[in-house]
Amino acid sequence: MAKNSQYRRYTRSTAGNIGYFTILILASIVMVFPLFYCIITSFKPLDELLIFPPKFIVRRPTLSNYRALPALLSNLNIPISRYLFNTVFITVVTTFGSIIIGSLAAFSFSKSKLKGAKVCFGIIQTMMLYNAATLGVPQYLIFSKLGLIDTYWVYILPSLASTVHCFLMKQFMDASVNQSLLEAARIDGAGVLSTYWKIVMPIMRPAVMTVLLFSFQAMWATVPGGTIFSEQYKTLPYVMSSVAAGGIARTGSSMAITVILMIPPIAVFLFTQSNVLETMSNSGIKE
Amino acid sequence: MKKSLNNGLKRSIKESTVYYLIMAPFMVLFFTFGILPILASMVLSFFDYDMVSSPIFIGFDNYIRMFTRDQAFFGVVGTTLKFAVLVGPGGYILAFILAWMINEFPRPVRVFLTFIFYVPSLVGNALYIWQIMFSGDSYAYINNLLISFGFITEPIQWFQNTQYNFILIVIIQLWMSMGMSFLANIAGLQNVNTELYEAGAIDGIKTRWHELWYITMPSMKTILLFSAVMQIQTAFSMGTLQQTLVGYPSVNNSVDTLVLLISDVGTARYEMGYAAALSVFLFVIIIIFRYAIGALLNLVGKSDR
Repeated sequence: MAKNSQYRRYTRSTAGNIGYFTILILASIVMVFPLFYCIITSFKPLDELLIFPPKFIVRRPTLSNYRALPALLSNLNIPISRYLFNTVFITVVTTFGSIIIGSLAAFSFSKSKLKGAKVCFGIIQTMMLYNAATLGVPQYLIFSKLGLIDTYWVYILPSLASTVHCFLMKQFMDASVNQSLLEAARIDGAGVLSTYWKIVMPIMRPAVMTVLLFSFQAMWATVPGGTIFSEQYKTLPYVMSSVAAGGIARTGSSMAITVILMIPPIAVFLFTQSNVLETMSNSGIKE
Repeated sequence: MKKSLNNGLKRSIKESTVYYLIMAPFMVLFFTFGILPILASMVLSFFDYDMVSSPIFIGFDNYIRMFTRDQAFFGVVGTTLKFAVLVGPGGYILAFILAWMINEFPRPVRVFLTFIFYVPSLVGNALYIWQIMFSGDSYAYINNLLISFGFITEPIQWFQNTQYNFILIVIIQLWMSMGMSFLANIAGLQNVNTELYEAGAIDGIKTRWHELWYITMPSMKTILLFSAVMQIQTAFSMGTLQQTLVGYPSVNNSVDTLVLLISDVGTARYEMGYAAALSVFLFVIIIIFRYAIGALLNLVGKSDR
């Protein structure tokens, strides 16, 4: 990571510099403005939402949009706490599950020299092209044959075997876990599992943090598809969309719940970001 | 001596067994929810199957129907490819250029800018902001602004109007697409060996563009391929955005993608055989794009002189 040198290789013309910073600043504004607008709107009282023309600033910030949320959602049969529980539950289970399952498989792919391991990993690498959306209908068929429709399993099981997460951990292991270290442990009589837990996993920390981030962010945003019918298994982002569909009077509150839902993934990113780049530098696909 | 050899053999057999066992949970799930859907689609695409009565073998009829009798098919494929071509390479190039632009900043600035560009894809549900900003009534932000500046007199139904909805979806998707590939590019750029740049300068590389093409991009080719794979995955799985903001089906299939058509045929009409045939078609297109881009990436760093 420290290979980046500070020297300027080529100087830019003044015009080049102006262009460079203009593009960067414009791009930053475009990226952040919708989120900024969302946060501002969530603090606006109703009459300010209707001001003509609309304002960038809040004159009289209020928490009323946030306070209205439980009541807005309570006309449904299920309390908001149930949706919150569902989202937290599937996020936590899947994230920890995919770290364990994925890293065990990655360990085997990276270090075991088993017959067929290379071929299997090649297939996994190719399958990174497909995700739950493209595999949607055939997956639905399999869920239905296994009797999993309308259970938590449809959220959890496919994501536990995330090809990208396993790939990232395997690539990291190839680059960072030294074969001679494993040989030394073997000579000392350590078994496969204790080697995995005591030697490999501590080195794998950056990759684990990265998978934690990606898994968390994907699961946190999960909206039930055609495989969930019961209200009691639906997630928080799903309720958010129902508030957002409520028109101009609900604008403030739908932005309020959007802001609340933004906080956890941002927190996880800030917590893990120093590890992410280290992991992603090993993400290359060799042909 | 013989005994210890025996023990060694026993130990490696035991270790292999453990290795197979620890791989098993992932492989079982991966097979069931990754490979099996593809195999099942290939088989089912030759059947007529409504999930109630048993499947009836109909040969290539589903494929013939797709290309000759389905009114929506070509429109949807066209839209899917239009999205894929704009969002795929568009997002890919954007993810690379932005990463390249912030690469030279000192670490704190770089981390901050990384966060700024990454945050829209980080907060996955933020697309509802766009729904509200571009809502169809005259109080909605964009309409309100345009009316008050006198550009328009009537509010525009942004997501229903076929003139605007396609490009809006592309913009929103690009906004959200500085994801894993963007992070991979930043990491890749950071790891290019700086000695190569110095050597390049001696060898007569004169401009930034030459440096980018002859040194930077070739040294991170494997990362470029990874981010291509991620962008292809995103580009062809687009559907949620359209369904949320526009609804399905849209006027003239203006924003309908294959993913949405398949889910309509399969989970709403229960024509599983036909949905399977459409899925196989989608899988094949994706693979073709993957290898076409792989071939293009092999040209990176080659001289055009």
